[in-house]
Amino acid sequence: MTQAATPATPGRIGLSSRDYWPFVAPALIVVGSVIVFPWVFTIYMAMHEWKAGGAQSFVGLGNFARLASDARFLESIVHTLLYTGLAVTAPVVLGVFSAVIFHERFPLRGLLRGLFIMPMMATPVAIALVWVMMFHPQLGVLNYLLSFVGLGPLTWVFNPATVIPSLVLVETWQWTPLVMLIVLGGLASLPTEPYESALIDGASRWQMFRHITWPMILPFVMVAVIIRTIDALKSFDIIFAITQGGPGTASETINIYLYNTAFAYYNMGYGSAIAVVFFIIVVALSLVMLWLRQRSKWNADAGAAA
Amino acid sequence: MNLAAALRRLPLLFAVLMIVSPAILFFVWMLSLSLKYEIDNGAYPPILIPERVAWENYAKVFQSAAFLTFFRNSLIVTGAATAAALLVGVPAGYGIARMKATRAAIVVLIARMTPGLSYLIPLFLLFQWLGLMGTLWPQIITHLVITVPIVIWVMISYFESTPMELEEAAVIDGANRWQVFRHVALPIARPGIVVALILASIFSWNNFVFGVVLAGRETRTLPVAVYNMLSFEQVSWGPLSAAALIVTLPVLLLTILAQRQIVAGLTAGAVKGG
Repeated sequence: MTQAATPATPGRIGLSSRDYWPFVAPALIVVGSVIVFPWVFTIYMAMHEWKAGGAQSFVGLGNFARLASDARFLESIVHTLLYTGLAVTAPVVLGVFSAVIFHERFPLRGLLRGLFIMPMMATPVAIALVWVMMFHPQLGVLNYLLSFVGLGPLTWVFNPATVIPSLVLVETWQWTPLVMLIVLGGLASLPTEPYESALIDGASRWQMFRHITWPMILPFVMVAVIIRTIDALKSFDIIFAITQGGPGTASETINIYLYNTAFAYYNMGYGSAIAVVFFIIVVALSLVMLWLRQRSKWNADAGAAA
Repeated sequence: MNLAAALRRLPLLFAVLMIVSPAILFFVWMLSLSLKYEIDNGAYPPILIPERVAWENYAKVFQSAAFLTFFRNSLIVTGAATAAALLVGVPAGYGIARMKATRAAIVVLIARMTPGLSYLIPLFLLFQWLGLMGTLWPQIITHLVITVPIVIWVMISYFESTPMELEEAAVIDGANRWQVFRHVALPIARPGIVVALILASIFSWNNFVFGVVLAGRETRTLPVAVYNMLSFEQVSWGPLSAAALIVTLPVLLLTILAQRQIVAGLTAGAVKGG
């Protein structure tokens, strides 16, 4: 810290990294206290029977053993994986399609792109409220729209069988724009030469997408998949504001169960154990995705070389 | 010729319409809900444009003393958390970029992976122990979990793309590290700081999970307040939609006005392969 004002050695331009520590130190202190400290303390608490306001006792790995046989927790893992699977696939498919469209030129493109990304910037709780009204079985506008195509009426989030797909519908509406932006960034960086020669060879639009565009944007799609996976696993606001995990526990994901355990039942020790397991699941799945991304890169390189 | 060209573009324009309309229709419907009396909101088939416009839905929201308190809470929490994040995050982004310590960015990545709730259990107990519950401090401090990583992340990628030559020239002229940062790097980085400011404040403003756990009756932020309107008060769609729209309107306007900066900031890490 005291090195802060040390002037650079005269005549030497080489900027040594030691001199930059004072710039990073304040952030390190903040990150240490609001991010690292909670991690460490969570692990400590996970090894204790710890009720808010009550006594604490060391139980070692007891909380984790209890988790393994907690039917509600195991069910919440299934819900989370189902939710995540759907909430990654749908936005990625639609997002890639939207990016290809937005890569074209058309009038009002900038304004329309702004409108298109509004769902992901809007306050999640505020839009969740409106979705609740739209899901209303009798008065909701969604069932009214469905009646035009001869479908419905559905009970959407009020039915255990349809609640997760309905929530994924909201999540898809909300997060397709992020996938679009990432893939659009990828499309903007593509070279034009392959398309010119493909045109000369008489390739169709689909052939060009399949054999030129897709392999080159695959790394960007994988980035989108990773970000979506992390965010979908952690999804809280939409689920909590619309169903609180219901009906019953039909849409209770790990995150919602974690909330209920720690802040509805004030079972802090057990909640911490859930947090630890949850974090491990998020990191493990992210690593799998990163590995897939590395592989897709190699394949793309191999494809380019061939 | 021109007609044929226009016709060929029709499928494209149709596709544009298809992908943009869910977003537009949703917000139009939200506006419509907020401007209708209960009779019109409960009508079937639904009414898009009512004969009588219920401006009083908005008047009701603004007349409520509690709403103004919650609005002030939101301003204080977001303002303080964003200001503090810029104060520590901008120099940190600079330091990390210049040290080429991009591994430090992994901490930011892990912070993004960690579920917000898992920070809350220990911090909740800590705040209780410190006697801070019932004030805005717990929320301001936990919002740093969101704002600091965003600022650091955006600033790293910004400072990495600014040229070193000017800074080296300043060093030769005898400026110390701090002077170089203050008078050379910082002014160049102003657009990056704007991006960080916009993103950090939007995500802090939108945050719900920290408030729902840490806020008491008097210390709710707007998202928590709106959620409570849904769960505890008699649900009337008009005023509820009006309140929801008021909460999110600043963000929507910012999204349209600062679209370029937002897009740049959101894709900064991702597109560079982070």
